[in-house]
Amino acid sequence: MERTNKILLKGNEAVVYGALLAGCECFFGYPITPASEIAHTAARYFTRLGRVFLQAESEIAAINMVMGAAASGRRAMTASSGLGISLKQEGVSYLACCELPAVIVDVTRGGPGLGNIGPEQADYNQVVKGGGHGNYRCIVLAPSSVQEMCDFGVLSFELADKYRTPVYVMTDGVIGQMMESLELPAPLKKQPLPEWALDYGKNRNNMITSIFLEYDDLESVNIRLQEKYAEIRKHEQRAEEYLVDDADIVLVGYGIAGRIARSAIDELRERGVKAGLIRPITLFPFPVDCLTRTAEHTKMFISVEMSNGQMIDDIKLSIECCRPIELINRMGGNIPTVTEIVDKTSSFNDKLKTEHGKKRP
Amino acid sequence: MTGKIVYARSKGFFERFERRPGAIKDNMHYCPGCGHGILHKLIAEVISDYNIQDKTIFISPVGCSVFAYYYFDCFGISVPHGRAPAVATGLVRANPDNIVISYQGDGDLGAIGFNNFIQAANRGENIAVFFVNNAIYGMTGGQMAPTTLPGQKTQTSPFGRSVTNEGYPLKVSEMVAALDSPVYVERTALSSVRNIMNARKAVRKALRNTIDKKGFSMVEFLSGCPINLKMNAREMNEFIDNQMSNYFPLGCLKDIADSRDPIKRPEGVYNSRQVIDVLYPVKVQKGVAPDFRNPSRIFEKERRIKIAGFGGQGVLSLGMMIATMSKLRNFNVSWLPSYGPEMRGGTANCSVVLSREPVGSPVVDKECNLLIALNQPSLDKFLPELKTNGVLIYDSSTIEPPNCGDRIVYAVKASDIAKRIGDLKYANSVILGTLSVVMEDYFLEGADKQDFDRTFEEAIMDCFSSKQSVIQLNIDAFYAGKQAVFKENQPDGAADNYGDCAVKNK
Repeated sequence: MERTNKILLKGNEAVVYGALLAGCECFFGYPITPASEIAHTAARYFTRLGRVFLQAESEIAAINMVMGAAASGRRAMTASSGLGISLKQEGVSYLACCELPAVIVDVTRGGPGLGNIGPEQADYNQVVKGGGHGNYRCIVLAPSSVQEMCDFGVLSFELADKYRTPVYVMTDGVIGQMMESLELPAPLKKQPLPEWALDYGKNRNNMITSIFLEYDDLESVNIRLQEKYAEIRKHEQRAEEYLVDDADIVLVGYGIAGRIARSAIDELRERGVKAGLIRPITLFPFPVDCLTRTAEHTKMFISVEMSNGQMIDDIKLSIECCRPIELINRMGGNIPTVTEIVDKTSSFNDKLKTEHGKKRP
Repeated sequence: MTGKIVYARSKGFFERFERRPGAIKDNMHYCPGCGHGILHKLIAEVISDYNIQDKTIFISPVGCSVFAYYYFDCFGISVPHGRAPAVATGLVRANPDNIVISYQGDGDLGAIGFNNFIQAANRGENIAVFFVNNAIYGMTGGQMAPTTLPGQKTQTSPFGRSVTNEGYPLKVSEMVAALDSPVYVERTALSSVRNIMNARKAVRKALRNTIDKKGFSMVEFLSGCPINLKMNAREMNEFIDNQMSNYFPLGCLKDIADSRDPIKRPEGVYNSRQVIDVLYPVKVQKGVAPDFRNPSRIFEKERRIKIAGFGGQGVLSLGMMIATMSKLRNFNVSWLPSYGPEMRGGTANCSVVLSREPVGSPVVDKECNLLIALNQPSLDKFLPELKTNGVLIYDSSTIEPPNCGDRIVYAVKASDIAKRIGDLKYANSVILGTLSVVMEDYFLEGADKQDFDRTFEEAIMDCFSSKQSVIQLNIDAFYAGKQAVFKENQPDGAADNYGDCAVKNK
């Protein structure tokens, strides 16, 4: 039978396809809306491919099972949302300190508390800033299409192995639930087990721990981690730029917000507003270089997000507040509409012009 | 007792404990009289005797034995408090040949990690759990444990454990023995020589089960903590043998390993050919070349479609068929279901956007080019979002004729036709037939007219490839929808809303 790599998939399905094509061998998860299709798809295909799928008793168990599988040198992943990610944070902190590669998919939902199952981006701080205890960061990839869900399902494992660190694929309920046409990438070659693995055939003196009683020992572990994060900041910043070169106003948005902002840019351009878009693809490392370069010629930034102004902090830090930065946001499961973004951006543009005009003698 | 007495450190231990920080490299960090040292020795001896050091992973928990990896000459990992059975699950599922030892105290296993422990037991994970019960928290300085005896004084039960306030001690072995999955559960004590020799046998049996892949084995060890219980060695042993054993009777609670077959679980085979066969879809027979483009001008811009109706009317799968058509003709396409509380209310809608360029916003909230309404509330809700000169297709079996201004309106008795074909669920394919007429009447040019009938059929086949039996009925429904339009729309195009289908405002 002739096969094709063109397929229609939900975002939640595509990330599992990506993981399988990257050679992920173990999936451990606990159901939660709107991430459950990830577990459904994993249950079907990990099992059919003779790989490991296990429904854990809790999110806490799932992340610790991932820790076990990762310690044995296997590519392992879990997926959850909002409150489930909160539960996983202790385990992620251990993974970071033990320098174990692993992939965690977060299909964000509304919070705080039980919140709702609508799409929100309010996990930004708990995912991008470390989240658990200790001086650590995780690489965070933010897909805004089903193709990227699949591609980052692959890339996340590559980065996790390269830097021996947990990697998040963080998206929202819309990207998770929506279906798009995409091209499946070719399967990766199977990787040999890493030398540090706890597994029959490796050096049995391999040992994985995150306890260092001597203050100097723990400090040097922390310093090593910070050096790693500096490397990641240097080499792994990713962002998509759209009509930024001549833009007076640059919108910054990721995931579904970035995508809607892109449609808004087209409409703003039709109205004669010189607007552009930076869509961060990595949230850690935040695309600082791209933003600082843009700040040299643009007049204003707007953070478009489905949270209470969480990403806006990183924009301010990136450009050291050298330009005015405004916020267009929705919360509670609401998605900003194209019209909403266009209207608010236009009024910021008008304000910019009047203020600019006033300064002139 | 027979056999030679050997005065040497077990080969399961390192010669010198180089991992231990500080000057002392020959002794363990445990207090005098502590049970951990004895149990460590029993385990070290057996992993050496069974020649399994190269595949044994010793999990150090949180508690006094957090540093167990200083001593054992095998793989070691220290894990979050209480999570040893979950980490063990990951290790043994990833490679079923790993011999995994989950070594846990009463706080780690009985309090913070009890759920992880009991669930791993109930899944029958092929691991050996060694549970050290000393009725107190050692590492944190003598607080109450779930196994602290009634009346026993600790830092957090200074007046003695009160059963009315803290409940009775947790009988872990009895609880786990009550489950069907575990194969071996025994409670022993690290007090007298006789008890220690029994404990030694139990350790060997548990690890033999693990090597033989018989499943979950647990041994509980009543153990001493003289420092925190403020006892000397003799008092400690008396406490174990009289008071603890009284509440936690020694003995084997379950041993069914002989009756169980070795567990077989997936071993994570990775074969890239197999991955392609499982994940890559089969190409539909009449597929087009990857660079094929339908030339009709309608496709020069992004097309935004909203489909809405009751749940169960096939709203989402109608959207899927349109999305599939677009995929088959090399468009970029997005399909977004109504998502959130609406889903529970019985109405459903989806947004489909197709484009030659990457699709922008997948949410169709205004500027809609095509609205397909399958019930009255959906029509009322979404009609205002339909653009001037946009197309409305509605099910005239159930919906009153709307007042639509400058829109192109097609009505089809989709539900009635579908019922005639056999089931309401074919209504969506009837609509698809109507859509094909709309396309031909207004939008398709030249060869695209022929191509699109084929595309509709291919989309139906692609969408229902897992349910071959319904493909033909859906194709029938498609042509019925198509015919209904032709039949009612002549000779003058003014066939207003009678019969099966009608075109208005043409």
